[in-house]
Amino acid sequence: MYGGGVLGRGLRVLGRAIRDEPVTFAVGALGSVLFALMTVASAKVIGAVVGSVAVPAITAGRVTAGALALGAAAILGVSLLKIIGIFGRRLGAGAMQYRLQARYRREVTARYLDLPVSWHHRHPTGSLLSVANNDVESAYMPIAPLPFAVGTVTMLLAAIVSLLVTDWVLAVVGLLVFPAVFAVNVVYSRRSAPLQARAQRLRGDVAAVAHESFDGALVVKTAGREAAETARFAAVSDELRDASIAAGRVRGLFDPLMDALPNLGTLAVLVVGGIRLAGNDIQVQDLVGAAFLFSVLAFPVRAIGWVLGDLPRSVAGWERVHGVLSATGEMRYGTGEVPGAGAVALSFDDVTFAYGDGEPVLRGVTVDVPAGRTVAVVGATGSGKSTLTALAARLVDPGSGRVTLDGVDVRELSAPALARTVALVSQVPFVFDDTVAGNVALDRAHVGPDEVAAALALAQADGFVGALPDGADTPVGERGTSLSGGQRQRITLARGLAGRPRLLVLDDATSAVDPRVESAILAGLRRAAGADTTVLVVAYRRATIALADEVVYLDEGRVVARGPHQELLATVPGYAALVTAYETAEEVSA
Amino acid sequence: MTAPTTPDEGTWATLRRGVALSPELRAGLPGTLALALASTLGKVAVPVAVQQGLDRGVRAAGGPDLGVIGLVAALAAVLLAVTVASAYLMNYRLYRSTETALAALRTRTFRHVHDLSVLHQQEERRGALVSRVTSDIDQISRFLQYSGVGLVVNAGQVLVATVVMLVYSWQLTILVYLVFLPLALLMPRFQRWQQSAYRRVRASVAVLYGAIAESVVGAPVIRAYGAAERTRTRLNRAVDEYRTSQYRAQSRSVVITTLGEGASGLANALVVVAGVLLGAGVGRALGVGGALSVGELTAFVFLVSLFVQPIQVFTETLSEAQNAVAGWRRVLDILDTRPDVADPGETGRPLPSGPLSVRFADVRFAYPDGPDVLSDVDLTLPAKSRVAVVGETGSGKTTFAKLLTRLMDPTGGRVELSDVPLGEVSFADLRRRVVMVPQDGFLFDSTVGRNVAFVRPDLSDERIAEAFAELGLADWLAALLSGLDTPVGERGEHLSVGERQLVALVRAAVADPDLLILDEATSAVDPATEVRLQRALDAVTRGRTTVTIAHRLSTAETADEVLVFDKGRIVQRGPHATLVAQPGSVYARLHASWLEQTR
Repeated sequence: MYGGGVLGRGLRVLGRAIRDEPVTFAVGALGSVLFALMTVASAKVIGAVVGSVAVPAITAGRVTAGALALGAAAILGVSLLKIIGIFGRRLGAGAMQYRLQARYRREVTARYLDLPVSWHHRHPTGSLLSVANNDVESAYMPIAPLPFAVGTVTMLLAAIVSLLVTDWVLAVVGLLVFPAVFAVNVVYSRRSAPLQARAQRLRGDVAAVAHESFDGALVVKTAGREAAETARFAAVSDELRDASIAAGRVRGLFDPLMDALPNLGTLAVLVVGGIRLAGNDIQVQDLVGAAFLFSVLAFPVRAIGWVLGDLPRSVAGWERVHGVLSATGEMRYGTGEVPGAGAVALSFDDVTFAYGDGEPVLRGVTVDVPAGRTVAVVGATGSGKSTLTALAARLVDPGSGRVTLDGVDVRELSAPALARTVALVSQVPFVFDDTVAGNVALDRAHVGPDEVAAALALAQADGFVGALPDGADTPVGERGTSLSGGQRQRITLARGLAGRPRLLVLDDATSAVDPRVESAILAGLRRAAGADTTVLVVAYRRATIALADEVVYLDEGRVVARGPHQELLATVPGYAALVTAYETAEEVSA
Repeated sequence: MTAPTTPDEGTWATLRRGVALSPELRAGLPGTLALALASTLGKVAVPVAVQQGLDRGVRAAGGPDLGVIGLVAALAAVLLAVTVASAYLMNYRLYRSTETALAALRTRTFRHVHDLSVLHQQEERRGALVSRVTSDIDQISRFLQYSGVGLVVNAGQVLVATVVMLVYSWQLTILVYLVFLPLALLMPRFQRWQQSAYRRVRASVAVLYGAIAESVVGAPVIRAYGAAERTRTRLNRAVDEYRTSQYRAQSRSVVITTLGEGASGLANALVVVAGVLLGAGVGRALGVGGALSVGELTAFVFLVSLFVQPIQVFTETLSEAQNAVAGWRRVLDILDTRPDVADPGETGRPLPSGPLSVRFADVRFAYPDGPDVLSDVDLTLPAKSRVAVVGETGSGKTTFAKLLTRLMDPTGGRVELSDVPLGEVSFADLRRRVVMVPQDGFLFDSTVGRNVAFVRPDLSDERIAEAFAELGLADWLAALLSGLDTPVGERGEHLSVGERQLVALVRAAVADPDLLILDEATSAVDPATEVRLQRALDAVTRGRTTVTIAHRLSTAETADEVLVFDKGRIVQRGPHATLVAQPGSVYARLHASWLEQTR
């Protein structure tokens, strides 16, 4: 977990961060150096004031006002410079950390937007979110104390120099204590990093169990499994408790040790200084200054430990961020348009497609959908229907073969031209955290309020939208939680209709809608689409299929039959079996 | 719904309530505090050693006395070792007691969330409930370990430093307090200033995470509608807002830290000036006395930094402490919410064995402060009858099912199973005899087999496979890649909606209930799965009292009796054939539109 490899890689992450943010780093580091020098100076000044002002004054019982004022001014001046140092250090470090996090969040999310849908398919949603949220955060966690640590190293060097100037024997004490501080830090990081990683992982497990269990609360309740679920939760919770105690125990020893070491230095200075003083090798002020030095160093030295302690997490986070940033295969768009206006003809020309390295889900599919026609795609689960719709909207590209619109390969179209020409409404409705109208319009230039209103009416959504507090201007909340599944589906349907697409692709887009509402939608669609829109529709329900001029029957990735619904019913047994399943079901249960 | 606390409950009240609920926190507390005191006393040893060493050793009459210096240093070193040991023990005890207490609190809260009625569970966002047992408790633990007892220890350190400072010079001590007094008075104001900045950070991080989630989950839609630029603009705005808010909070916290630093510099300067003046005998001349030695003055400067340190730590952790107390309050409020659907437990009456009959006597239901969603429901369903419940969305049919399973209690009237009032049946008995298959057939992220065995963990794989076969699903099971060991994915997402319901049905079948309530999936299921579902349903309902919330009217056609709900009332009931023949009725209308769909 914390081998030399991690240290090396961690330092490279830090190095890259410094190259990315040289100015804020410089501010932070300079602030830290100033702070460090002033911390050492404050010890020096206290020592000097005690030695050359307090000792004579107290011994002689007479005060030199000028010297005393000078001493006080020096203490205040040093304190002021220290404050300036703190500002530089913390604001510089903060700006550096936040700017780096913001920069890589932007890059990661931009990459998500650029990478093709097929890439998204291959990566679980949770891990993509985690990279943008947590990994970016933890990659730059050690940045916060980095300038401080750099400043502390400077301070330690300054302290050694200051001791060397004072007396070489006292310097030897420093040379023993400071490396010991560093060594304890390193040992602590090595010991605690795996313990903390384990606790962190268990914290994730606890959250996962809670999330799942509360998600399935209804099932848990109706099955009367509350006690069993609690036992499952208690098991991970107890594991987390033990891991936290183990990590806490190491930290519980480390903290007092780090406090004690500089104090031990102070005592050593007292003894060694006494000897040197007896030999007249140093003055009282040298001894006081050196003793004070150790006590002020106790805190900043920890910054080194913070940086080292966060490095393993930082490396892990950065590597995942880097994995996203270096992912290739974004979809390239052409510059073309589909000439003319009105409905376009869609054709699949010997199209084969497989997800990743898997079995092909479409094999040599050739289908023509003439302009202005409505074609239904029917097939069992896993026959490749949804893939066909994704290809039509160019969410994915075929492994071989071509998809064309009015004879133009979809790969030659520009992204805006493609989005204007084709609208896809998918099975699972996705709504944005925006108003109803915003969700339908999606800032498309050619979709104004009138188009939105018309589309909502066509999708049979005007009724419930009108009843919302602010009508179409009502926010729907994150993922549209305030709406039912059928309502969300109707909003996404309106979104597809609003842009007056020349090709409308519906992937079982009315599945969650009441049958009565669905028939109204389909009737409206039939009227509105007219000759301006070609429609490709995936359907289970007979009414939806009946809307089509023609049916394409898919089975295991191949087109098995094509023709009017009645004809297929009569001539293709597989098709007949599939679409009459409802009737079959009734017979079984009768 | 009991609202146990007003939002402005004081910090102390929350802490008292919290500690009362977690007695583990108090276990061994006196010992821990004694160790804390010991470790603080040790810290004072070094300044005192410096003073003694300087005055009696270094500046001893007749030159430095190395013997005295050595003795003083050795004594202090021993004290230091004691300090380390007691601090370690204190920390360990602290971690142990807090983690033990919080693990128990976590588990208790988890259980309590499950004990709350669906009504309460739905009121809160799922994420919020998860936070109650995760981040809120993590925050309490950090608070107890670093700020809570840390606060006591720090206060102790301030106290001890003050006492020793007073011993050396009360005049200088007053001076130090005069410097820090204005800071202490102004601190609450600064804290509020800092809090408002952190609130903005939290708000902006929520917006940011929301925007990121939207861009990932909605990737296909964004692509299909060319909405990448719009999404990018929103994302970048959220990213920048988060960065700015973080920076602002950081700046405010720096200002507060430097105030402490400035005060400490000022205190040092004043102590040195006043100390020198006092040492030189000026105090005596002014009548305040207070002569002090070089060693005492030096020790005093050390003590000032010992005094300042905890104050600086305190200012930095105060806002974290406030957040933690707020989190604790939220956890306690959940625990104080009384489950409004209570389990009679041991005192419950047993249900008679065999299929159950159902009686609703004048039942009415309304959500708190809402209008009635169900009224005048008065009916009896004989044992073994198969009943279909139909109606449009919002007609009250789901509410009916929830009352029947006692997920909620009626606002008025009575629900009885085989003449036993539902409220008097123990949950253990109720959940064993009455099983509901919810619409989405929620599955746990495990295997097909384990999901079936969820209700009866003792079931063997053979028995589970048999259950599939009995429901006519052997072919479906055989077609799965690894049979019963096939993973179903998060929420069962590797399976289609219909297949998830299949598994949920087998789960219900192995539970062998006497009353089965089934909520049909609304979304269209592919026809092949539909056939299987129908077949399985038929097998599982045979010989049991069954109430099905039917979205497919084919189910209603085969039921013994159909209950038609409209606007919270039963408007028609009887067999399908009778109801469909009543022209202009709700059922006739529903049925006509269903026919239009399927033929």
